[in-house]
Amino acid sequence: MNYARVLRGAAGVAGFLAVAELVGLSGLVDDRFLPRMSVVLGAAAGLVADPDFLADAGATLTVWALGLLLTVALAVPAGLLLGTLPRAEAAVRPLIEFLRPIPSVAVIPLAILLFSDNLHLKLAVIVYAASWPVLINTIYGLKDVDPLAKETLRSFGFGPIPVLARVALPSAAPFIATGIRVASGIAVILAISAELMAGGSEGVGVYITEAASGSRIDLMLAATLWAGLFGLVADVVMVAVERRLFRWHHVRTGGAR
Amino acid sequence: MLKITDLVHSYGPHRVLGGVSLSVAEGELVSVVGPSGCGKSTLLRSVAGLIRPSGGRITLGGQPVERTPDDLAIVFQDYSRSLFPWMSAANNVALPLRRKGLDRKQRREAAMAALDQVGLADAGNKYPWEMSGGMQQRVSIARALAYRPSLLLMDEPFGSVDAQTREDLEDLVLNVCAHHGMTILLITHDIDESVYVGDRVVVLTKSPTVVAADLVIDLGRIRDQIATRQLDAFVRLRAEVGRLVRGGGTGHTTESTSVLEKK
Repeated sequence: MNYARVLRGAAGVAGFLAVAELVGLSGLVDDRFLPRMSVVLGAAAGLVADPDFLADAGATLTVWALGLLLTVALAVPAGLLLGTLPRAEAAVRPLIEFLRPIPSVAVIPLAILLFSDNLHLKLAVIVYAASWPVLINTIYGLKDVDPLAKETLRSFGFGPIPVLARVALPSAAPFIATGIRVASGIAVILAISAELMAGGSEGVGVYITEAASGSRIDLMLAATLWAGLFGLVADVVMVAVERRLFRWHHVRTGGAR
Repeated sequence: MLKITDLVHSYGPHRVLGGVSLSVAEGELVSVVGPSGCGKSTLLRSVAGLIRPSGGRITLGGQPVERTPDDLAIVFQDYSRSLFPWMSAANNVALPLRRKGLDRKQRREAAMAALDQVGLADAGNKYPWEMSGGMQQRVSIARALAYRPSLLLMDEPFGSVDAQTREDLEDLVLNVCAHHGMTILLITHDIDESVYVGDRVVVLTKSPTVVAADLVIDLGRIRDQIATRQLDAFVRLRAEVGRLVRGGGTGHTTESTSVLEKK
């Protein structure tokens, strides 16, 4: 990444924080409803040492990781299957296209009715919502595999399964990885949404609800800030891993920076 | 070695191959040349068992080709698509050797030996996208050599490289194949090249394709980019092939063979 780019990005963030602080200081908004930025940042820093928040953050992190793992374990094989069996894909496609645009948060009330276990509920909504990008990207990745690359291996006498494992899967891998990265962001959203709507005993969403009911808007915003920061860091790490692992792909598509 | 009898293939109502018959003897390098769109690649894919032709018979070593034969390798024109970009050159060469039941060390050794033969002894750890086009096609050739196929198919193998590289690769293939006594069916649209590398040149007509002529290229096994192309015999053969390709070669299937053999 480019140094000047990072600098400009940092300037943008600093500028936003400064304006938010000035608005707070000016008294334009009641700081009982919207605390000053410096107060929120201070509260966010304080949360690092708050064992209650850390337990909640740990719980959300666990649900996120488990949910993402389950998503990959289910959606990648399903995508491989549909990507290699065009007839099955044609049969399932309309269903996918119908279900996918439904806002995933809307299924949470149904999940609350279906699952008595809070962890199962959260995992279910995460897997439901996060599977779409992984599934779709896996199917598209497989469709994008160069037929000549497959023919090359076939001409050496490799059967359909080895061709899938040695050509189709590696060449679809960058697409699948992008799908997983998008799914990671969705999993953060769904984990916290489920905690907000379904309650439960632990999680950042539960912490936010409790802070709100205690009128601690500073803590509420501070926790929200950490959730956003986590999503951002997860994304940045995954982009870095993708670039390293799939350098051949980025060189080819001219996406290398 | 390879015998193709009355090969017919249609894509829908469009008949591409109209009954192609040709044979390749052990250790021979046969060039197949023809006007563009004449079904050269369809012919090659049928021999490789990658498509099932509509009719006719192909036998390889006496066995009918029904699916991809075991000891066959193809070098495609488009090396950038045929090499796997996620693998180093050495791993690209070594991959097909899994079919030969070699262990990892043996595969690696065979790959390095093949890369050495094509003049890429030091490039084993490079990735295809770090190499020039000519180097990539050398890797493709090394991959085919390492596999030690009884029949090597080459589909316009020098069609995507510059003129100088093209000459180098032609000589590389001639040398390496003489060394291994390899049997090669090479498809090209380049008349000059077909004569330069071939022991025989098979000229195809426009589709529905049949064999227009089957010429013996009696220039000896040692070829030289400058000297060979200056020979009267080379110039004459090139003109003959050129006329046949241009004329579509209707009607004089066997005549031209006999005419040339008399000369």
